[in-house]
Amino acid sequence: MTALEATGLGKRYRDTWALREVFLSVPRGRVVALVGPNGAGKTTLMRLAVGLHRPTTGHLRVFGAEPYGEALAQVAYVAQDKPLYDEFTVNEMLNVGRHLNPRFDLAGARDRLADLNIPGRARVHQLSGGQRAQLAITLAVAKRVDLIVLDEPLASLDPLARHEVMRGLMMAVAETGLTVLLSSHVVAELDEVCDHLVLLSRGRVQVAGDIEDILRAHRMLTGPAGMMPGGAYEVIGEDRTERQTSLFARLREPIPDPRWTAHELSLTDVVLGYMRSPMSTHFPPPVLAERDDVA
Amino acid sequence: MTCLIDFTLDRKSGTATYAQLIQQVEHALRLGLLMPGDQLPTAKQVVGRLAINPNTVLRAYRELESRGLVEAMPGLGTFVRRSLVAPHDPELEAALGAWVATARAAGLGDDDMRSLLEFALSPGQRETA
Repeated sequence: MTALEATGLGKRYRDTWALREVFLSVPRGRVVALVGPNGAGKTTLMRLAVGLHRPTTGHLRVFGAEPYGEALAQVAYVAQDKPLYDEFTVNEMLNVGRHLNPRFDLAGARDRLADLNIPGRARVHQLSGGQRAQLAITLAVAKRVDLIVLDEPLASLDPLARHEVMRGLMMAVAETGLTVLLSSHVVAELDEVCDHLVLLSRGRVQVAGDIEDILRAHRMLTGPAGMMPGGAYEVIGEDRTERQTSLFARLREPIPDPRWTAHELSLTDVVLGYMRSPMSTHFPPPVLAERDDVA
Repeated sequence: MTCLIDFTLDRKSGTATYAQLIQQVEHALRLGLLMPGDQLPTAKQVVGRLAINPNTVLRAYRELESRGLVEAMPGLGTFVRRSLVAPHDPELEAALGAWVATARAAGLGDDDMRSLLEFALSPGQRETA
């Protein structure tokens, strides 16, 4: 079953479309990197996924159901400001979670916090930014949900805290097989954590798919200036110097011309390459077929 | 539970993470650090150290399983099936030692010799060998 399925999804705030004609299909168990420039619609998509907004057009289904009412027991949302009660202790926050969620895994949450060296008696306002993020994620995991949605979980954390937050999150994925949708500006740090990419641009999906497939399909081609290589490929971006041409390209087959070198790309390279060419899109085949008329 | 081997990640190598995990298991199998019956670290243990996606670990283990090197026992873990320790061949080792001595006498450095060995092992040369 798909974890997230968007068909013709759109959201308008007064005169402005925050999301338009979004088609997405995210398999269960994926860790999804939701990236894109500010105002691309990331937060809107996340809030739609957890039932805080309703679509203006189309549908968004979470594990097959629209995310309202009972279906919301399957999802948890950690907003960017990590809403916690400052004056409560960590243990009191766990109690709040237990009373609000019938399936709350109190023992599991305590073990997790002990693993992370977060003392139960500490007050929330005494915790570091990283510990606050850990506590918010622990509360979300303890709800025993199938989908956790995290808005910028790494923002304003130092590198060590980022690593620890990701470590905690990935351990939860390893234990429970849950699906994660997380937005971030720091694409470089998502490389090893996420296995699925959704790049939004001006309210539309620009790139979507499993990261491994996306990386396999794209190369930076470098070759002599004033010519183009033969073969089946599409150029997404290019850069020319007096002596050399560099093409950011999607390949359908290896380039046969030995004068050209195909360099593998990192997730950051691919994301930046597409962000520089906002008119280029890349979807897995089924979604592409549906969107042929608008692509 | 402690792990028999620890994985490390070279985040700048450009080699995919799952491929790095595979290489490290194969390396340990070649050196005899892992022997048949030994358990590989669980996905959770690897994730707890490296903060990577657990699916990456499972994918590396699946690949090792398809190569016949390890076996996943549901609910128990992943275990080594086959060692990759090369059979000890004194004649071959002596010949290589003699070659290294000759090369050094001819003025080749370690890096020159590595390049020669890599060239000899490259796909084009392998076909003609």
